[in-house]
Amino acid sequence: MKVLIPSALRSYTERAETEASGATLAAMLVDLDRQYPGIRFRMIDEQDRIRRHIRIFVNGDQVRDLAQPLAATDEVIIVQALSGG
Amino acid sequence: MNRKVKSKTAQKTGAGSRARRLVALVATRKGAWLFHGDGARKTWRADGPHFLGHTISHLVLDPRDGRTLLAAAKTGHLGPTVFRSTDLGRTWKEAARPPAFTKAAEGEKGRSVDHTFWLTPAHANEPNVWYAGTSPQGLFRSGDGGVTWAPFSTINDDPIYREWMGTVQDGTPDGPKLHSIIVDPRDPRHLYVGMSGGGVHESLDGGKTWRTLIKGMDVVEGFGFDVSKPTFHDPHCLRMCPGNPDRIYQQNHCGIYRLDRPSDTWVRIGKTMPKKVGDIGFPLVVHPRDADAVWVFPMDGTQVWPRTSPEGRPAVYGTRNGGKTWQRLDAGMPRTQTWWTVKRQAMTGDAQDPVGLYFGTTSGELWMSRDEGRRWSSIARHLPEIYAVETAQLG
Repeated sequence: MKVLIPSALRSYTERAETEASGATLAAMLVDLDRQYPGIRFRMIDEQDRIRRHIRIFVNGDQVRDLAQPLAATDEVIIVQALSGG
Repeated sequence: MNRKVKSKTAQKTGAGSRARRLVALVATRKGAWLFHGDGARKTWRADGPHFLGHTISHLVLDPRDGRTLLAAAKTGHLGPTVFRSTDLGRTWKEAARPPAFTKAAEGEKGRSVDHTFWLTPAHANEPNVWYAGTSPQGLFRSGDGGVTWAPFSTINDDPIYREWMGTVQDGTPDGPKLHSIIVDPRDPRHLYVGMSGGGVHESLDGGKTWRTLIKGMDVVEGFGFDVSKPTFHDPHCLRMCPGNPDRIYQQNHCGIYRLDRPSDTWVRIGKTMPKKVGDIGFPLVVHPRDADAVWVFPMDGTQVWPRTSPEGRPAVYGTRNGGKTWQRLDAGMPRTQTWWTVKRQAMTGDAQDPVGLYFGTTSGELWMSRDEGRRWSSIARHLPEIYAVETAQLG
């Protein structure tokens, strides 16, 4: 499936858009980390919680549960929720 | 970033390709800089920013190999990590497994590392071993030069230590911190740590077991806090004297202290500071050879704790007799209306003779003295808020 990467994480992917696979959001993030080692921990903490300033959208809807099922035709957008100075 | 990335600045300057006499490693809220000094410590060349936009809590060069540099990093929007360089910052590679707490059992609420705060290279006989302290408070160890990190469950998950550490609501404004990880140069198993808050702790068996070292330390008066409970103690900075590892100095929330082992009782030596200045502050620097020589940077800890230079007049205070008397050392610093201060990791010394002293301010200025504090001058201005300054001898 298509995954859009925010600018803060493009040091890993070197592109704004990439492909990853997985039957759930959790599995897709594991595949993303396999391709770009280290990227998952910057978004998901060691307790498998999505970090405070990370938002993930699937086909335009925000997803908070890593068990969310995904299909190969889905589009995942990862966004950094900017705040502070 | 699990591949070699060439720093843009390093590409321009060729930094790291030639050994320098001395380097000051400056970690800031918005990135890191290396200031390369000449042999006389008179001119300094800036190499940076590295990791522009990342909060760098600590930048440390491994004295055992003289080339491995670790940076504790995070940004406001991404999780924490550790970057590693073996060519003085020319290229950086991310840790494969940064410090992270153990995953909690099903149904239990686990902790997650907000940022790695403190980095300590281990004993000279343990090459590639490093320790890290985090916020929320945790102690971590790497056995491979900072590539992978594992938690110390003996302290991180111990229910008593967890109670002493408090929660993210307790402790310092940007989170409670485990800091001042000290390794005894005579025994790699002998460790000290400071917890803000949570007291001072010592291990004699490489971290398998710990005991508290808080006797003699004061707690904040007027609230009926139990002085025997570690949770009420807030060490800001601990330093072991290289010239006498049985002596440890401490800058604490309540004052300046000294501990001479085998005694386990801290003695408050800050009461001899001028009353108008007081003995509250964060950083403390010890002389590399003379265990009676110490420098501190007092701050205003009155009323609401402004955390500024007292009366807007910054000064280092130094003692040459273990704290019996203190001398104000402010020649070259601004005299009025100066409200910056210095954080606990942002003041350090070098090993030269006379000792060079360095501090970085909350307003992004880097200052140094080539003569043990008698005269100060600014190396750099207009950097981001400085979190940590370390020095290293090269070549």
